[in-house]
Amino acid sequence: MSIVTVQLGQCGNQIGFEVFDALFTDSQCSQGLCSKRENGAYQASCRERFFREENGVPIARAVLVDMEPKVINHMLSKAAQSGQWKYGQHAYFCQKQGSGNNWAYGYSVHGPKHKESIMNLIQKEVEKCDSLNGFFIIMSMAGGTGSGLGAFLTQQLQDHYSNALKMNQIIWPYGTGEVIVQNYNSILTLSHLYRSSDALLVHENDAIHKICAKLMNIKQISFRDLNQVLAHQLGSVFQPTYSGEGSCHYRRNPLGDLMENLVPHPEFKMLGVRNIPQMSENSLPYSAFTWAGLLKHLRQMLISHAKMEEGIDWQVQPPLPGLPPLGKMSLTREQRFNTSLANLVILRGRDVQSANLEGFKDPALYTSWLGPAEAFSAWKTQRAFTGYERSAALVSNSQFFLKPLDRIVGKAWDMFASKAYIHQYTKFGIEEEDFLDSFTLLEQVVASYRNL
Amino acid sequence: MTQSVVVQVGQCGNQIGCCFWDLALREHATVNQKGIYDEAISSFFRNVDTRVVGDGSSISKGIIRSLKARAVLVDMEEGVVNEILQGPLRDVFDSKQLITDISGSGNNWAMGHKVFGSLYREQILEKLRKSAEHCDCLQCFFIIHSMGGGTGSGFGTFLLKVLEDEFPEVYRFVTAVYPSSEDDVITSPYNSLLAMKELNEHADCVLPVDNQSLFDIISKIDLVVSSGKLGPLVKPDSLVTSGARAFKKQHKKPFDAMNNIVANLLLHLTSSARFEGSLNMDLNEISMNLVPFPQLHYLVSSLMPLYTLADVNIPPRRLDQMFSDAFSKDHQLIQADPKHSLYLACALMVRGNVQISDLRRNIERLKPSLQFVSWNQEGWKTSLCSVPPVGHSHSLLALANNTCVKPTFIELRERFMRLYKKKAHLHHYLQVEGMEESCFTEAVSSLSALIEEYDQLDATKSVPVESVPRLSVAV
Repeated sequence: MSIVTVQLGQCGNQIGFEVFDALFTDSQCSQGLCSKRENGAYQASCRERFFREENGVPIARAVLVDMEPKVINHMLSKAAQSGQWKYGQHAYFCQKQGSGNNWAYGYSVHGPKHKESIMNLIQKEVEKCDSLNGFFIIMSMAGGTGSGLGAFLTQQLQDHYSNALKMNQIIWPYGTGEVIVQNYNSILTLSHLYRSSDALLVHENDAIHKICAKLMNIKQISFRDLNQVLAHQLGSVFQPTYSGEGSCHYRRNPLGDLMENLVPHPEFKMLGVRNIPQMSENSLPYSAFTWAGLLKHLRQMLISHAKMEEGIDWQVQPPLPGLPPLGKMSLTREQRFNTSLANLVILRGRDVQSANLEGFKDPALYTSWLGPAEAFSAWKTQRAFTGYERSAALVSNSQFFLKPLDRIVGKAWDMFASKAYIHQYTKFGIEEEDFLDSFTLLEQVVASYRNL
Repeated sequence: MTQSVVVQVGQCGNQIGCCFWDLALREHATVNQKGIYDEAISSFFRNVDTRVVGDGSSISKGIIRSLKARAVLVDMEEGVVNEILQGPLRDVFDSKQLITDISGSGNNWAMGHKVFGSLYREQILEKLRKSAEHCDCLQCFFIIHSMGGGTGSGFGTFLLKVLEDEFPEVYRFVTAVYPSSEDDVITSPYNSLLAMKELNEHADCVLPVDNQSLFDIISKIDLVVSSGKLGPLVKPDSLVTSGARAFKKQHKKPFDAMNNIVANLLLHLTSSARFEGSLNMDLNEISMNLVPFPQLHYLVSSLMPLYTLADVNIPPRRLDQMFSDAFSKDHQLIQADPKHSLYLACALMVRGNVQISDLRRNIERLKPSLQFVSWNQEGWKTSLCSVPPVGHSHSLLALANNTCVKPTFIELRERFMRLYKKKAHLHHYLQVEGMEESCFTEAVSSLSALIEEYDQLDATKSVPVESVPRLSVAV
C-alpha cells in the first residue's frame, strides 16, 4: 500500500525533500546486514510505499504545495540533480505571493481559492497508487502556508478521502521565535488538526537542534542539518518492518497499524519520536551497541522526557505499585515522570529477534485504563537502517508534549489578552471566537494529557 | 514571486531612489552572471526590448535586453529628475514614468499636498496604473520622501491616500527622512507634522531615517577608514555607503554616502523576498510580524556591518559583534536607543553565510539585555537569505518596533508647537485652498494620540503585568 506525501510551505517542502532522500538512500544501502533476498523485499516494500516508477526513474509519491515559488523550484531541481530520484514533473502547485505568516490568509484565502487545483493534483497522485494507505502531510505550525493552508487541506482530505488515513507531521517552532505570531498560528493549527487529522507526529526544532549540537557535533547548524536529522528519525519509523509472517514479508498497512497501536482514543493524538543511536557519520564505524543497552536507554528516555540519549535523567523512575495514584504524589515526581498512553518500539538490525522488550511492558509506564497488552507493540526487521548495525525507534503517545503544549497555549493566551496582532487575522475572517474555540479545545487536550 | 514599485518623490526621495537603483543593478549584476532575466530581477526591473517602438514591450523570460526600473519619479521642480535622466542611469528609467513641474513646492506641505495633489492626481494615477499593469503580481509600493520639505512631504503623503484607494491590497512601505534638529528648512516642523498624520492613517509601515544619524554613521566609517589602523584592510565596495561604479566619481558629497545607506536598507529589506534562503521572509511578513496594532507601524532600523575587513577568515566573534552592534544606539538610522526602551517586536534579517545556530546563539546572548513587552517576551522574527550583499560575506538588518521612536515624535511636536504658537509662516499654508487651522490641530491630535500609545506601553515596563487567567475546562 502506498502513502502519498503532501509537502506544504517552505518547511514542509524542505523537510519533504530530505525525507525522500533519506528513504531512498537507505533503501539503496548495501550494508543491510541481511540476506540479499531480505534486502530485496525491504527495498521493494519501501519503493512501493513511497515511490513509483516512470521510465525507470523512481518518482516520489508527493505533491508539493507552496504559495510562492522559490522553495519548490529549489527542491525540484535538487531532486532532479541528484540523479537518484525525482519529483513528478507536474506534481506541484505554486502561487506568486506567500501567506505572509498569516494563518488566516493561508486558511481563509489561499485554501478556498486553490482548493480545486490542489485536490486535483493530489487525486492524480492517488490514482497512480495501486492501493492508497493514506496521506502524510508535512507542515510547520509557525508560518502561514504550512499551518493555515495545511489545516484547510487536511479538512478537505477528511471530506474527500474519508477512508484514507491522515498523519500530519508538524514542526514545533523554536521557543524563541522564528515568527512572532507563531503561537497564534500554532494554536489555530493544532485545534483544527485535532478535529480533522488522525494523528499528529510532532517534532520540535529545539530538540532536533540539541541533537545536532550534542550528538552530531555540528558546529554551524543549518536548517539542512536539522531537516536531515528529522528525516533520519522519520525514516526509522516509516521504513518497512515485518508483518505477522516475519522475514521477507513486510507490513502493508503502516499508517493503519500505527493509528491502531498508538491512537486508541481521539482525545490523544500527539505522537513523539525518539531514535537511538543518533550520531555523526564519522563516529558510526567506531560504535557497537547491544539491544539491551539501546533499549535500556530508550526506556529511560521515554519515562524521563529526554529528547536524546545524552543527559538522560536516570533518577526518574515509575511509581511503585501499591502507592497512591500519581495525582496525589509530590509535584516534582509527577512532573518528571512521563506517563504513556501507548508506545511502539521499532527495532532494526542484527539479531533483532533476541531483543528483550520486557522493560516496555511494565504496567507502571502506562495509564491505568489501558494495560501494556493493548498499549505496547513492537515492530522489527533484520535489515539494518542506514548502516547502523542496530537501531531502535520509539513512537510514543504520552505526556511528551504536555509541557510544550501548555507553554504555547499560555503564551498565545497572554498575547490574545492584549489583543496584539488580532487585526491581522480578523482582516481575513478569523474572528476572536475562532481563537476562543481553539483555546477551549486545546485546554481540554492539555487537561486530558495531564490526567493520564 | 512578486514585484514592487518604487515611487520616489521630491529631491530627497529622488536622490535616494537613484542610489537605490544603482545599487540594485549592481547587486543583480553580481548575482546573475548569466544575464538571464529571472524572477529575482523581475521584482524591481522590467525586461524590455527597446527596438520595438511603443510601450517597450516587456519580455518575461530569456536574455536581458534592457532593464527598466519599476519606478515612478515625481518632483515639482525639474532639476533633480533632469540630472538623473542625463546621468549614467538614464536608460534605466522609463521616460514616461515621471511627473515634474517647474515651480517647486517652496518647502510648503500644503502646496505639495493640496495644490499639486489635485493638479496631478489623474496623471499620477495613470502612471501608477501603468506600473501595476506591468507587474505579474504587485505586492508592494515603496515610497521614498523627506518629511521636512514640500513636495516629498506633501505630495508624497497625498500619494498614500491615492494608493490606498486605488490599490487597497498592495502594501505601502514608506521610507521617510525626518529632519534633524539642525535642519535648515524653517517650516520643516509644520511639514513633518502634517505628513505624520497621513503616515499614521495611510501607511502600512514606515521606516524613519534622519540625516543626523546617517551622518554620524558616515563619520564613524570615515574615521575607521582614514585612521589607517584598519584602513588598508577595508575592502573597497564594502562600505555600506559605497555607491556602485556609476557614481564612484561623485562620492565627495556626504549626501551620496548617506543616501547609499538608505538604499542599502531597501535592498536588504527585500533580499529575502527576491533571493532564496533556508528561512525566507516575504514583504507581507514584515507587516504581519512587526505591526501588533495598526497605528504602531514605525520601525527603527539598523544595518550591519558598516564595512568589511578584507581578511576572509572572519572568526565567529566578528559575526557576533555584528549582532551586538545592531542593537547599539550608535548604529540606528534614527536617533534612538532601543536597548533602553521597550521592544514590541524585533526582526533580524540575515544575509549570506550565516546559519540558524548563529542566529539562535546571538538571540540567546542578547535577549537578557533587551526589554520586551509582557505579551511578546520572545517576539523575534528571523530570516536567512543565502545571497550576501556585494562586498560582504554576510550582513544583518535589524528592524525594531520599539518605543524608542517616541523621543523623535515628541521633539517633532515640540518644534512644531514653538512655531505654531507664534503663528510663524502660517499664512503660507492657510492661503492654500483646502487648508484650514483644523488641519494643523488634527495633525497635532493624531501625533499626540500616537505618542500616548507609546507612553502607555512604556508604563508597562516597570509594572509587572497581571496575566489574565486561562480558560479552565471540566475534564
